[in-house]
Amino acid sequence: MGKVFGAVAGVGAVGALYAMKKSWDPLPSVKAAGFTTIDLSAAEPNKLMVEKWRGKPIFVLKKTPEMVAKQSAEQTARDIVVNGDSFLICIGLCTHLGCIPAYREAKLDFKCACHGGEFDSSGIETKAPPPSPMVIPPFNVKGNTVVLGEEGEAYRKMKEAGVLA
Amino acid sequence: MAHFTKATSVHDWLNQRLAIDTLQRVLSKEYWIPKNINFLWAMGMVLAFTFGILLVSGIFLLMYYQPNVDTAFDSVNYTIMREVDFGWLWRHVHAVAASVVFLIIYIHMLTGIYYGSYKKGREMIWISGMLLFVAFSAEAFSGYMLPWGQMSYWAGMVITNLFSLGSLEFNGLVEWIRGDYVPGQAFLDRFFMLHVLLIPLAILGVIGLHFGALRIPHVNNQDGEEFDFEEEAAKYKAGNKKESKVIAFANDFLSKDMFVVSIYLIFFFYLVFWHFGFAMDPINFDPADGLKTPPHIYPEWYFLWSYEILRPFPKDPGLVAFGFAQVIFFLLPWFDRSPNAVPASRRGLFFFWFWAMVIDLIVLTAMGKLPPVGVYSLIGKVAAYAFIALWVILPFITRNEKRV
Repeated sequence: MGKVFGAVAGVGAVGALYAMKKSWDPLPSVKAAGFTTIDLSAAEPNKLMVEKWRGKPIFVLKKTPEMVAKQSAEQTARDIVVNGDSFLICIGLCTHLGCIPAYREAKLDFKCACHGGEFDSSGIETKAPPPSPMVIPPFNVKGNTVVLGEEGEAYRKMKEAGVLA
Repeated sequence: MAHFTKATSVHDWLNQRLAIDTLQRVLSKEYWIPKNINFLWAMGMVLAFTFGILLVSGIFLLMYYQPNVDTAFDSVNYTIMREVDFGWLWRHVHAVAASVVFLIIYIHMLTGIYYGSYKKGREMIWISGMLLFVAFSAEAFSGYMLPWGQMSYWAGMVITNLFSLGSLEFNGLVEWIRGDYVPGQAFLDRFFMLHVLLIPLAILGVIGLHFGALRIPHVNNQDGEEFDFEEEAAKYKAGNKKESKVIAFANDFLSKDMFVVSIYLIFFFYLVFWHFGFAMDPINFDPADGLKTPPHIYPEWYFLWSYEILRPFPKDPGLVAFGFAQVIFFLLPWFDRSPNAVPASRRGLFFFWFWAMVIDLIVLTAMGKLPPVGVYSLIGKVAAYAFIALWVILPFITRNEKRV
């Protein structure tokens, strides 16, 4: 009798916990709104453009030819090339605790005022506490635009090259 | 069924059905309190009172607050503050009480540490008290979200990001907690639920446990003297009130508690009416904006010390240090190896440990508020290391302590 009671109670408890877990998951409407198209034709060199995707700020930085020329291979690997221009497109949140770093045009870097973290113009961390580069969201290049939330060919190549991890 | 007789009075009618005389005897008239305890022991009553104030003012705020990302900010800053008669009073009372409650909790905790009130059978009092501290922290954090200002939003962002557990990158867990990719409607609604129902319910339960944990080991006293409560109580009941080392909680000790509570309430309402601003961050008077971080994010004063333990380190070690700071106080009864439950002033090295800890917490708090640059960053780092070092040396300095 005790075992039967235990089994029934166990099934009930697992079911209830599963339902509780699932009801805290993001809603379908929240997930469906996860795609954003950004038109890159308006971008100006070395001027930070901030867009929004999944509620998060997206940094779009068109690089000048001089900036591209000076880059290391590691930095160039993170460039997204659209119509011959190199862009940094990343989630504009510090990978430490999620504050928004500010772009300093003169120094060509990002500074997070909250905890002092710094990133270069390719979003790679140059000063702790951030432990990793700013995240490049899934993207798909279409003509002069990128669609965020969609995994395009260039994104997959970056992933395979280990740039994203 | 019990035998009921015709009631002779309302009191008798209730007594037959609810045993109110027995309850009163057990809970107050024969609940024994040592005589030699000072005003610091009244902090429990002060806390109970402040919790009551938070509950009542919270209920009044709840009647006009709207947990919606588009209307929450205005429902607090316009409707409650300007339209509702005395709405400003409830808000200021609630905000000041939420801040001051931590001041009293810290005094209560440090009193317990100074007098060794967590030892010798009183471990459960300490643990349930620490559970209350954690529950109050969660309550304060969830409440801080509700006005949906810039600090609400970004504190929500930062604190929920902690659950990604650093390099483990548990982003799924973070999104599950938020119900969204960023703090949004789902986040606000569920923190509203936590703040007004689930956590207060848990707090009430743990308060019950905390009080219950006192019944068997009884309250410690100023000299750490161990005496037989039953014997002392018998003396008191026999009329030898002067010789007895205990007095009844009600109405005898309660009158002293209430005196301290009265003094506290004067201070409390002085803050509510003239200095309510200290409990409100100016940045939180800007509506939440997910595309603009305030230049300097910091928590309310009562979380600064643990925030400063997180901040000066790289991400993962910072999280480990932060986790350490959150749980280590729970283990105090076992880190302190000495058998003495007496005031720190009579315990040798522990006395210096206690004051070093107090000073370190104050330094951490001050550095947590300042921007993390230059010498502040360095002092913060040293203080964070000192905090950890103090805990590491505690078992060693208390192990060889002389028995007093």
